[in-house]
Amino acid sequence: MNLLTEFKEAVIIAWAALRANKMRAALTTLGIVIGIVTVTLMGTAIAGLNNAFMKSIGSIGADVLFIQRFNWFMGEEEWRQSRNRAQLTPQIARDLERLSNFARAVSVESQGNGTVTLDRRKAKGVFVVGNNEQSLEVRGLNLSGGRWLSASDVQSSRPVCVLGSYLAERFFPFGGALGSKVKLNDVPYEVVGVMEKQGAFFTGFNQDNQIVIPFTRFTQDLARWPDLAINVKVSNPALMDDAQEEMRGILRKLRRLPPDRPDDFAINRQEALVAFFNRVGGTIAAVGLFITGLSLFVGGIGIMNIMFVSVAERTKEIGIRKAIGAKRRTILVQFLVEAATITFLAGVLGLLIAWPLTLVVDRFLAAAMPWWLVLVALVVSVMTGVVSGFIPAWRAARMDPVEALRAE
Amino acid sequence: MSLIRIHELTRRYVMGSETVHALRGVSLTIGKGEYLAIMGPSGSGKSTLMNLLGCLDTPSTGTYELNGTNVADMDDNALAEVRNREIGFVFQSFNLLPRSDALHNVELPLIYAGVPAVERREQARQALTNVGLAERMHHRPNELSGGQRQRVAVARALVNNPSIVLADEPTGNLDSRTGEEILALFETLSRRGNTIIVVTHEEEVAQHARRIIRIRDGLIAADEVNPNPRAAMKLKSTDA
Repeated sequence: MNLLTEFKEAVIIAWAALRANKMRAALTTLGIVIGIVTVTLMGTAIAGLNNAFMKSIGSIGADVLFIQRFNWFMGEEEWRQSRNRAQLTPQIARDLERLSNFARAVSVESQGNGTVTLDRRKAKGVFVVGNNEQSLEVRGLNLSGGRWLSASDVQSSRPVCVLGSYLAERFFPFGGALGSKVKLNDVPYEVVGVMEKQGAFFTGFNQDNQIVIPFTRFTQDLARWPDLAINVKVSNPALMDDAQEEMRGILRKLRRLPPDRPDDFAINRQEALVAFFNRVGGTIAAVGLFITGLSLFVGGIGIMNIMFVSVAERTKEIGIRKAIGAKRRTILVQFLVEAATITFLAGVLGLLIAWPLTLVVDRFLAAAMPWWLVLVALVVSVMTGVVSGFIPAWRAARMDPVEALRAE
Repeated sequence: MSLIRIHELTRRYVMGSETVHALRGVSLTIGKGEYLAIMGPSGSGKSTLMNLLGCLDTPSTGTYELNGTNVADMDDNALAEVRNREIGFVFQSFNLLPRSDALHNVELPLIYAGVPAVERREQARQALTNVGLAERMHHRPNELSGGQRQRVAVARALVNNPSIVLADEPTGNLDSRTGEEILALFETLSRRGNTIIVVTHEEEVAQHARRIIRIRDGLIAADEVNPNPRAAMKLKSTDA
């Protein structure tokens, strides 16, 4: 008998066996259903987090080198060694622009917090960014109205600002932001532009709650010596490594570092963030899936148990089938298919339960159920059935027909 | 031409520290088309002999040639194939699958033989019609009387055209009237050329056969031709 007929016959038998023991099948299924629900939800949460990260990472350009005092990811030791590094200065930015062949645009950026007021309305803890005229291109931002900071705004440290869409809506719900004056830490700034909506970063940080001012103004009004980052957009993203080497050389020369001294600055890239996220995300996923996988394992034990019962109950049937000519493989396939049918149904049921739950989870934490996850869940549930059904099925397949026939 | 040739067949069972000699050296030749009864009290070894003849079990020593092939040293799977092809079983307790209807029960050996669906359905129908159950094909065993169940079992035993029909106390669970019915069916089959071996402890049942072998203490005590086999009463349904 070929495997296909064997399989078809086994499915028919399995279905009949399940229908004969509906209550038992349902209870056994429950363990796997719970397992699949938890594993699937974990999967959707991980997939959702990945999606959200990848979406927000887009706001950190892949073609930008972030020259800063510190590495984005460093250990305690490294931090202790590097915390006395000298600040980067606007002069370095200007020199870089002049000396580099790879730089397409050079942005300077300082960040801080401030309070924005308009008449009686007040917004505390607004993200304040000091930029220059090239920052728009480097940051890959779009404006929904007005203009970006101009070179002369920066040069003469004019009190002008560009508002994030959230702030603009908050203070000017009926429009008319451009040309109006808002106060940042009690200093009046004229609104010259409004940014397009960017959406929240995956960490929950609202990028639209920001106000951009000339960095020359930032050093006047917010902080005398702020941490300055120089962000360089590279003209050819394929040559990021070359560009990084070039920047490094220029910076070392500007800082007059002798060859035996290590860099006293860091050149960060989006890549590093992605790599870090992948590492952390991978660990979270592995731990999460392992823990939720335990419930699936418990469900699998339930299946194994019930299959032992099923085999014992049907010893006589196995004897009859063997007497009539069923080979070991036929019996093995029959019980494996039965176990897999139970777990497959459980998998389908689990997905039907997990799907609406995903939508609920999505309201608090980005979650998505991609089609591959559905496929994986079904494959996993079938595999659980096959694995946990194997020992009982093997026992059935090896039964001695004479003894099996004697069973009652 | 001899269909079955067994030589010095023994079968020992180890039960705990004790070894039970169920068969102590049985030699036997059975020809094609014979109607044979194997008799013996319980514990005589007749069931062991039946299991060996039916390829459900393998002997400890000795040879068993069935249709010219030695089946004494075959493995599990090969034996399953031989059972499927060569032997049709009829059991005392019918041994039908309770959840399947008569047709599917009869189809089962054909499924294991790999016969395509359309063909096997037709053969199973024919086999059920031959035993007078054309009207009962879609009944489950619990919807059939004892005699009808046993006839389903006979149809199942015959559907593969086996070399031997091996019946183990086929009338044991039937009242005497339906028992006669089954024995009449065997007579019909025998007349058509089927080889039939009935294992029984009832003298009356054995008397229907044309040859009677008596087993005692694991050995053949007598092997005699029955000069006047009893004829079972004729029944319309089985004389088709």
